[in-house]
Amino acid sequence: MSDEHAVIIGASHAAAQLSAGLRQGGWEGRISIVGAEAIPPYHRPPLSKDYLAGDKHADELLIRPATYYEQQGIDLVLGSRVTRIDRAGKEIELHDGGRIPYSKLALTTGAHVRKLDIAGGELDGVFYLRDLNDVDRIRAYVGPGKSAVIIGGGYIGLETAASLRKQDMAVTVLEAMPRVLQRVTAPEVSAFYSRVHAEEGVNIITDAQVQAIEGGAGVEGVSLADGTRIAADLVIIGVGVIPATELAEAAGLEVNNGIVVDEYARTSDHDIVAAGDCTFHYNPIYDRHLRLESVQNATDQAKLAAGTLCGKLEAYNALPWFWSDQYDLKLQIAGLSQGFDRVVMRGDSETGRSFAAFYFGGDRLLAVDAVNRPKEFMSVRRALGQGQSADPALLADESADIKAAFS
Amino acid sequence: MPSVKFIAHDGQETEVHVAAGTNVMHAAVDNGVSGILADCGGACSCATCHCYIDEAWQDRTGSPDDVEEQMLDFVMELKPNSRLSCQIVVDDSLDGLVVHLPEKQI
Ligand SMILES: Cc1cc2nc3c(=O)[nH]c(=O)nc-3n(C[C@H](O)[C@H](O)[C@H](O)COP(=O)(O)OP(=O)(O)OC[C@H]3O[C@@H](n4cnc5c(N)ncnc54)[C@H](O)[C@@H]3O)c2cc1C
Ligand code: FES
Repeated sequence: MSDEHAVIIGASHAAAQLSAGLRQGGWEGRISIVGAEAIPPYHRPPLSKDYLAGDKHADELLIRPATYYEQQGIDLVLGSRVTRIDRAGKEIELHDGGRIPYSKLALTTGAHVRKLDIAGGELDGVFYLRDLNDVDRIRAYVGPGKSAVIIGGGYIGLETAASLRKQDMAVTVLEAMPRVLQRVTAPEVSAFYSRVHAEEGVNIITDAQVQAIEGGAGVEGVSLADGTRIAADLVIIGVGVIPATELAEAAGLEVNNGIVVDEYARTSDHDIVAAGDCTFHYNPIYDRHLRLESVQNATDQAKLAAGTLCGKLEAYNALPWFWSDQYDLKLQIAGLSQGFDRVVMRGDSETGRSFAAFYFGGDRLLAVDAVNRPKEFMSVRRALGQGQSADPALLADESADIKAAFS
Repeated sequence: MPSVKFIAHDGQETEVHVAAGTNVMHAAVDNGVSGILADCGGACSCATCHCYIDEAWQDRTGSPDDVEEQMLDFVMELKPNSRLSCQIVVDDSLDGLVVHLPEKQI
């Protein structure tokens, strides 16, 4: 029996994969996952989708059932916040003063929502959306005929709008930029999502300067700088996240827009790995350092981190991908579009609900946003993963087989 | 509770019992059956939950919808009985289902 002890801080996507990966990789010592939330790791993406829409039960969200961890000898220490890492003593400290010794440590602390400093932000009925607990509280305010204002027109804001519309609420989305999804997609794709949301009855206001959230006992509305006032029984703020680096920082690990890790998911202390939303890491496909907020990255990085702790080093080389479900739209994104200078469209985004937008930087295909086009999504995933190039003319030509566009 | 038998690429068999309404992907993942990755958690977005439905059961599991079909086109070693396991819900009519697992997902 080994007296090694791998301790994982944070109990979500990365932690679930890391702990399973440790056992698969032959780790014989103890494994503990310490998480602030009260339930075992669960799928976060459905929170703004099926779960908020009421189409999924909480039990169905678990990544693996609690019995799995028992069977694998993985201790879940839930509802426990880690307050300090003592690197010299190789211990972590919990909020209740408890201490847990480690021989190897993994940080999968994810991200915290970015808080908006705004008058009325503390009113009853104003929420952020990150955890299961948030959605359970939000659901008390959801119902037909009630109204909701969503501050932030990113993926989570738009998914939330779709889920609330499904339940017959009056929904307004306030976006500070000139278009929704501005930081992540091309104008064509933003225009598409604005159109569909309008068709579904969502009121989208861009260039919106939110001045205050108003109300008495509870929230009553949101006022804008131009004098507009929108009534609301529920306000959900989705203006991005910041990586949860506070423990790493206090422990003296290198932090720069996330916990800095090398290609093997090691932090500046090689007994400590990190994976998921909390990391700042190098991606060889795009030849730059990235911080990603995606299940793909949490999972792929956690696999490597587990390997590293088991002594099997494998360098990170994963293609980023992501998805977002709204109404009948299945958006699948492969690659990273940042830095694109040209977009090639396949299909009709102006009137239809199925198209793909291919992003190029010079001659190089960078990414695809595929709406109800799994084939285009999978083709690009494969092509970028294998370093293939793409012919823009064939991509744009609907009569040509998509697979023929890559070589 | 319906049972599902997974047969790994190396021939190893695992039989699990699941509540009716569980999908085949969860039947594997929840019981520690390796060979199914399920990176997207059943959103039909990753194609890492590929499996082969035993020929004797193919009629009863039905056929893939358009999205699943398009995703399947890219799995390793596509066969006529290929399916994405997250898209098959186990109910009492599938009690005893036999599922073969591929050598690799990606
Ligand atoms: C509503 C919503 C929808 C999303 N949709 C998608 C999608 O469609 N596709 C996609 O790819 N991604 C999506 N994402 C992003 C995805 O969920 C994240 O990328 C993923 O959850 C990251 O996993 P993680 O393990 O790195 O961290 P997280 O999931 O952020 O988990 C970190 C955990 O660590 C805990 N923790 C932090 N600090 C401490 C501490 N000091 N002590 C104890 N515990 C601590 C936190 O409580 C939390 O439970 C979505 C996210 C949200 C919120
Ligand atoms: S789990 Fe991702 S497609 Fe089935």
